Amino acid sequence: MSTNIAKTNSNARTKAKSFFKSPARITLLIAGLFLIISLVESITGAVDITAPGTSGATLRFAIPLLMAGLGGLWAERAGVINIGLEGMMIVGTWTAAWFGFLHGPVVGILAAAVFGLASGFFHAFLTVKIGIDQAVSGLSINLIAAGAARYLSGIFFPPVGGDRTVSPPVETLPTFTIPLVADFFKSIDEKDIFFISNVSGLIYGITRDLSVVTVGLLLLVPITSWILWRSKFGLRMRFSGENPMAAESLGINVYRTRYIAISVSGMLASLGGAYLALVASSVYREGQTAGRGFIGLATVIFGNWKPSGVFAGSILFGFTDALRVRQADSVMALIMGAGIVALLLSIFYTSSRRWKPAGSYFAIGLVALWINQRVETIPQEFITVFPNVATLLVLTFLAQRLTPPAMAGMPYKRGSE
Amino acid sequence: MTKSRLFWGVVAPTAAILNSLFFVYIILKIRGVDPIEMFKLMISYGFDPRNLVSEINQTVAYYMAGVAAAIGFKMLLFNIGIDGQYRMGAFFGAVVGAAVNLPPVLHVMLIILVAMLAGGAWAAIAGYLKVKRGVNEVISNIMLNFIAAAIIAFLLSPNLLGSLPEGSQNLQTNPIPKSGRMPTIKAFEGEIYTFLFIAILVGVSYWIMLNKTIFGFNLRATGLSFRAARASGVNAPGMIFITTVLSGAIAGLVGIGTLLSDTHSYSMAFPSGYAFTGLALALLGRNHPVGIFFAAFLWSFLERSAPVLEFEGVPPEIVIVMQGTIVLSIVIAYEVVARINLRQQQRAVGTVNAENVKETK
Repeated sequence: MSTNIAKTNSNARTKAKSFFKSPARITLLIAGLFLIISLVESITGAVDITAPGTSGATLRFAIPLLMAGLGGLWAERAGVINIGLEGMMIVGTWTAAWFGFLHGPVVGILAAAVFGLASGFFHAFLTVKIGIDQAVSGLSINLIAAGAARYLSGIFFPPVGGDRTVSPPVETLPTFTIPLVADFFKSIDEKDIFFISNVSGLIYGITRDLSVVTVGLLLLVPITSWILWRSKFGLRMRFSGENPMAAESLGINVYRTRYIAISVSGMLASLGGAYLALVASSVYREGQTAGRGFIGLATVIFGNWKPSGVFAGSILFGFTDALRVRQADSVMALIMGAGIVALLLSIFYTSSRRWKPAGSYFAIGLVALWINQRVETIPQEFITVFPNVATLLVLTFLAQRLTPPAMAGMPYKRGSE
Repeated sequence: MTKSRLFWGVVAPTAAILNSLFFVYIILKIRGVDPIEMFKLMISYGFDPRNLVSEINQTVAYYMAGVAAAIGFKMLLFNIGIDGQYRMGAFFGAVVGAAVNLPPVLHVMLIILVAMLAGGAWAAIAGYLKVKRGVNEVISNIMLNFIAAAIIAFLLSPNLLGSLPEGSQNLQTNPIPKSGRMPTIKAFEGEIYTFLFIAILVGVSYWIMLNKTIFGFNLRATGLSFRAARASGVNAPGMIFITTVLSGAIAGLVGIGTLLSDTHSYSMAFPSGYAFTGLALALLGRNHPVGIFFAAFLWSFLERSAPVLEFEGVPPEIVIVMQGTIVLSIVIAYEVVARINLRQQQRAVGTVNAENVKETK
């Protein structure tokens, strides 16, 4: 009898899993999600969630997080935790602004890439070659980068029309609007048809005024994915992160692999910083990174050490950031949407007779709707730390589902256990 | 053995400091100023009696952070959450201190107790996640630092626990009444916080706890080898949890000196960055209460004497770079020393083995 129940349970589980895996169903799911958001928008009157401005801002907020996240992913997949992402982003903001000011934005971005690569290499040298604690190395890099940026700003910026904390304005890179597509969706967005206009508004937001840098950096997601799972180097990298000893015994040069991966990690984080300085704004400003390196670290966990997951995480965190800046009331609407989704999930799990998740989703849904009814506004502060709270919750409740690289963060010395 | 440990304990930090001085020397040379002259300026400015007082007060705060980090290190815990724990301690100490009315000494004791409880409770989250959920304490503590800052920023809003005094931009808690303040010692036109004595007390208790109690023995044993400690009957996971809470409780005291003797209320002006400083000081002071004290003094000395560089056209932030390089140099030095020791031990074992082989022949 009990085995029978277990069997039904596992059947239901595989069913649930395959349901979420099929791409067509996922598309359907996203569409459904949108339907709910549109519904919530028309109920609450919070028009900002799918406004073109919001999706555009989401992208702008998400890209730096995405780059930091991909940077963290590269390092951790190879087995080294990179807490220095924040510092490497600072390297990117400063070098991009300074070299961008001197020789134009293209040189600025290239300089950020080169210096980022160097900062990553430094982290690799300390953790791989010398073998000091990865957290100490990362934190020191954060401190040194912050100090060096402030020191150099104080010397270089005041004579050329900047400030001790702000660089002189830098020329930005050209933006473009995808012709026809953007216009088409714009016209639909303006017609104000339920659901269809909402979706169009979102697409219009991400197809107009696109920076070439944005497109280039977005491409790094599939590229990372391809390298990790389709290339020889990616296999070596993942092997170094899962079991460096075994990798070494099969003739993989773990040190070299980690050197490359961590250097790239630094470059990616630095490019995220360059984006902040050259695309999201047009100056270097002290404190511009504002802890984004750490949120990048969070997206790695949130995204379960997968490029697509990091992408999803940074979009989600970028989205909450965009809403916070634009219209905090929209967050209430979002909570209502989350409540409805949770209730739907509860029904879904009830239908497949998985009582435990059904119950918890039901409870979550009720709490969300209760908050929506009772609380007037969510304080700004809490929206800001949403990524941190979300990551902590994922770590607490979904730790069993996470698949981090087994040896990430562990010291490894060649020839020792 | 103890002699060589003491030797390396002094040599490695000194080498690290010299190394970073050399690094800064080069940077200053590039800037086009005379480095030796700059160092002299910093030393004369830093040892100026007026600055010395504020350095001692800052040392006390750094010392608490250093001890908090050292307790964690003894357990191989990387308590990067000191920032959040210190905020929680200072904030709730200030709130409770302002809310009650007690006789003078009791009032102060209550505030200190609340601060330790708040810091410990905040650390307990990370401890619980580590022991029960296997969450790496570095990640959880980084997240918790941001969350603590947000919670306090929220609670400081005027209609909750904070208020905006006239002519000020900083939200702050209600002031603690006279009975809840600690006296200061007048010296060199300045005022030294008497919290200094509590810091000394903490340092001494830390040493006794670690070296003279069963608890301290269990703590060190668990830190050295989790499995061996567990096999010999120590509740190792429990020790990890308690150590985390203890570290957090000490971290809760970081801001209390300033709170009780100077500001009398918590405000957004309370500085951040104590976590990394604490870890750096514990590393530099080799987790020893006296070593941490010297490290803490060095840190506050560097910070307080840096502004003088401004007049010579050198941005004082050079000191931050210097602190970072000190930390890196020190951990590299320890790593190198550990390798040399290992090689010597291997060689010693090798010679003993060789002699044994000869004898059997």
